Amino acid sequence: MVEWTEQERNIITSIFSNLDYDDVGPKALIRCLIVYPWTQRYFASFGNLYNADAIKTNPNIQAHGTRVLHGLDRAVKNMDNIKATYAELSVLHSEKLHVDPDNFKLLADCLTIVIAAKMGSGFTPEMQATFQKFLAVVVSALGRQYH
Amino acid sequence: MLSKKEKKLIKEIWERLTPVAEDIGSDALLRMFASYPGTKTYFSHLDISPGSAHLYSHGKKIVLAIAEGAKDISQLTVTLAPLQTLHAYQLRIDPTNFKLLSHCMLVTLACYLGEEFTPVAHAAIDKYLSAFAAVLSEKYR
Repeated sequence: MVEWTEQERNIITSIFSNLDYDDVGPKALIRCLIVYPWTQRYFASFGNLYNADAIKTNPNIQAHGTRVLHGLDRAVKNMDNIKATYAELSVLHSEKLHVDPDNFKLLADCLTIVIAAKMGSGFTPEMQATFQKFLAVVVSALGRQYH
Repeated sequence: MLSKKEKKLIKEIWERLTPVAEDIGSDALLRMFASYPGTKTYFSHLDISPGSAHLYSHGKKIVLAIAEGAKDISQLTVTLAPLQTLHAYQLRIDPTNFKLLSHCMLVTLACYLGEEFTPVAHAAIDKYLSAFAAVLSEKYR
């Protein structure tokens, strides 16, 4: 069971309540595809990902980035039961999407960087540690149903 | 694999960070200690509380070494030779920790540079820091 302090819960809800999902979601996914180009393997059907500019302006990537970030909402609303919350999505990523679970961490790291760039020095070491703890739980839950 | 363009970008960015090496370095270290408490075990002989002189001087040392390497990345093994020996025979820091500090360094850069820390710059610096860490651990065994 993951334990959350009052402060940690506040940090997570505060970060997410100040997020522009349509901006941060796509930015995180775009960054992942550029910084870790092998992740593009899962997006062959999305069209032109040939270079950084193509990735940045690809409408499919925009839409998908937003969707993925909204997917994190479920964890924010169910912080005491993230494992169960993501059971179905974990099966989806394993059985249907065939995503290597190592990739979840790559996207999580890119999301952290995007939020750091947005918040500047406001993204303190404590907030970073809490946010990373949260993402680690999500990443673990998403990989849980793989077999 | 770093292109000419990337090497130039990396050199420019670290040149800019040299005057604020203390701030960048201490910030990255603080982030690492907060997110990965195990890393603190290597600093039991120093005062690593926020704002401490040790933290600033140590952070500065690290950033200046990274900046020095960035001046001529093709010569990284030569530039880092003394540090390779230091880390292999004296400090013996488990190399997995280099990844942790590198990640926190990237977060610090993101906070400091904001939008300027573009995905392309991020990719280039991530690759450089990986190469730096690899060279640093070359003499371990």
